[in-house]
Amino acid sequence: MIDLEQIKTRVQAAVPAARLETIPNGSPCGPHSLLVDNDHALAVAEFLRDAPELKFDYASNVTGVDWLDSVTRKTVKVKQVVDGVEKDVDQVAEEKRPGYLEAAYHLYSIELKHGPVVLRLRTQDRAAKAHLPSLTPIWRGAEFQEREIFDLYGVIFDGHPDLRRILMWDEYKDFPMRKDYVEPDDYEYEPTAHGSVLEKAKQHQAREASR
Amino acid sequence: MDEALRSELSKQGVFTTTLEDLYNWGRKNSVWPLSFGLACCAIEMIAASMARFDLARFGAEVFRPSPRQADLMIVAGTVTKKMAPQVVRLYNQMPEPKYVIAMGACAISGGPFKQGYNVLKGIDRYIPVDVHIPGCPPRPEALLHAFMTLQAKIDAQALTGALRPRHLVESAPSEFPVPQFGEHDLEPSNNPDVWHPPALAKVE
Repeated sequence: MIDLEQIKTRVQAAVPAARLETIPNGSPCGPHSLLVDNDHALAVAEFLRDAPELKFDYASNVTGVDWLDSVTRKTVKVKQVVDGVEKDVDQVAEEKRPGYLEAAYHLYSIELKHGPVVLRLRTQDRAAKAHLPSLTPIWRGAEFQEREIFDLYGVIFDGHPDLRRILMWDEYKDFPMRKDYVEPDDYEYEPTAHGSVLEKAKQHQAREASR
Repeated sequence: MDEALRSELSKQGVFTTTLEDLYNWGRKNSVWPLSFGLACCAIEMIAASMARFDLARFGAEVFRPSPRQADLMIVAGTVTKKMAPQVVRLYNQMPEPKYVIAMGACAISGGPFKQGYNVLKGIDRYIPVDVHIPGCPPRPEALLHAFMTLQAKIDAQALTGALRPRHLVESAPSEFPVPQFGEHDLEPSNNPDVWHPPALAKVE
């Protein structure tokens, strides 16, 4: 089994313009993933499928991930002169990262019996630019799974042959697997409410009472 | 009819009954279910109809593939919001008198999917349910018990008077509104003529 760094080197040699990035996974088995830019995703995917020493001919799973806007706070020690004496002062640096949606492809090679390699694609943002290139032309089996990501996360796959909702109805407007999804308020009857359900039932009752 | 006279007549070999008893006796022993299943509960329903549990003992073995020929709808399994309008439409297409058994945790309340976005929190929000069976899934014996409960209910129905069943009341609705697919949820999210949230002890 070839490791991801070797795959990355080969992909970079085959598609020199592609911007690749390895995203480490902290778990012991460490299925690190390969982030590919959207412009070259199709070429990279084709290379992964067709290169004789890689032959990733099987996309076993395609799934979506929603990353909200986040702010990470880092404490940095800064030297500062206070009352004529130089001191180390803690300063909080805020790093803002706009949210985005991801699609993750788990690839195996049936022929060479290796895998998985996790391929990630990232949208520019979570609203207007939630576009990704469809990899259905490379792996036919990704068709329904990309439709599912479109249905539940709202990622638009450019180049998909038949991009419609697959689980929810066509009139539906929400994307229920997004983290900021607001579910319909149907907490009229909760006989054994507890935890978060109890909170929602209370909110529902408060709304009913104020009406 | 006088009980003593009836007893006397039966001793003489004359059987007497009322039209109501005869009618209900016939109805309760040939309840034909509609042949459809929505999820894993349907497997238990199939098991109940096969030789080991033998639903035929109750005259209900004839699963009809058409709603026009069915008396009973067994809502066996998870009713997703996408499926709910079709279930209501099938119910509308059944001729009166018709009955509904909601089988399993999902059909009666949404079950383990209750807090999800895609599962209806009980089919009784749209159509009147006669017998609810809890369980996940209920065993075939539970379905048989539901059948016997339904038979007892049919047997007790009076054909005249204020308590007569819905199909004998001319003003009662014969069709139930089919929910529409909305932008966020089914519209309406329940049928207020059929379903009222049960009164609960106040949540503190």
